[in-house]
Amino acid sequence: MISKKVDSVQDALKGVQNGMTFMLGGFGLCGIPENSIAELVRLGVKDLTCISNNAGVDDFGLGLLLQKHQIKKMISSYVGENDEFERQMLSGELEVELMPQGTLAERCRAAQAGIPAFFTPAGYGTEVGEGKESRMFNGKMHILEHAFDADFAFIKAWKGDEAGNIIFKGTARNFNPNMCGAARTTVVEVEELVPAGTLDPNRIHIPGIFVQRIFQGERYEKRIEKLTVRKATS
Amino acid sequence: MSLSKEQIAQRIAKEVKDGYYVNLGIGIPTLVANFVRDDISVEFQSENGVLGMGPFPLEGEADPDVINAGKQTITTLPGASFFDSALSFGMIRGQHVDLTILGAMEVADNGDIANWKIPGKMVKGMGGAMDLVASAENIIVAMMHTNKAGESKLLTECTLPLTGVRCVKKIVTNLAVLEVTDKGFLLLERAPGVSVEEIKEATAGRLVIPDEVPEMKL
Repeated sequence: MISKKVDSVQDALKGVQNGMTFMLGGFGLCGIPENSIAELVRLGVKDLTCISNNAGVDDFGLGLLLQKHQIKKMISSYVGENDEFERQMLSGELEVELMPQGTLAERCRAAQAGIPAFFTPAGYGTEVGEGKESRMFNGKMHILEHAFDADFAFIKAWKGDEAGNIIFKGTARNFNPNMCGAARTTVVEVEELVPAGTLDPNRIHIPGIFVQRIFQGERYEKRIEKLTVRKATS
Repeated sequence: MSLSKEQIAQRIAKEVKDGYYVNLGIGIPTLVANFVRDDISVEFQSENGVLGMGPFPLEGEADPDVINAGKQTITTLPGASFFDSALSFGMIRGQHVDLTILGAMEVADNGDIANWKIPGKMVKGMGGAMDLVASAENIIVAMMHTNKAGESKLLTECTLPLTGVRCVKKIVTNLAVLEVTDKGFLLLERAPGVSVEEIKEATAGRLVIPDEVPEMKL
């Protein structure tokens, strides 16, 4: 067994530097690497490019890095729900590249899978397709999109073992599996880290080969962005 | 009487057929789930990674790890599954989802749609909308016929940045059901008590009016 276990978030984030490009898992506040984000805030690294579907809310998730002006550029598909983000974007302090959600996911997956580029119909004929190579397949126009190139991927999983094998829960899965192995270093934090041999190999979502460092996360807040409930009678 | 948002959803629900996998956008489309007949089998897909979405959870039972694409807490029904974002959009791009219902700011009479950006005002991003409209075979737009200023949202050409080109097939508004054809918006049905004249007045794009335009049945 090749161990990927590190003992702390500090060890897990060794090598993180100003100006780097990061991938961060999560959809909204669901399945975000809370511990890694907190450590990035503490380290104070700046001029970061962050690839993440969303940008958190004002006081949680990537919003914490935005507050400290650590992010130079965001690459996302949807960035509503964050006033500080909007302010920085409109004032030009923050560079923003928006792209279709499926394109964002596939650019991660392509990086993970060694595919340099791919054609997708999403965004053809819109400003997303401007300046990009386009080509017709099966009577339909597609645009060429490239794999991402990132230094670190920060992943949140539910359970993991020392070998770096991981399992996700619910919709907290989202972009996390697609970002594993899609950056030069993949750092995974889990709610429960167990010895190798504990998890059933049939249940593994992402094998440890895609993971360089795994650590036991702490104090998960798992904030709910839009709590929506129904009455028992309905 | 023009339709309420609930009634638009109610009319669209009639387009949902037995055995369909359906993706519902945010806003009026979300309401469609409430009106689907319970004697047919339908599964709702949410592009953040769930198929087989159920109702909102009971108070105290919300799981922060189980949400929909609108970031609301949800439940799952028997037969549900979770998956990653790449697989989710593979499902969409690969045309495994039978019906996509989404809102719009503008629709052109050639099927172009704009629903993600108002330059200088609203820049939230497209989310999954561009993937959905570029791929789905069957797209229904749910929207009000006119905007808050009373201007038509059914145009000859969209003025806002496009989400997709020549992709919308059908539109259900508070006034009418329309189909996008080569000759423009074909008026299929009118809301109860709404005249063809009123629809004509509220439609800026090319409108094709058949001899008979039945009232919609809800």
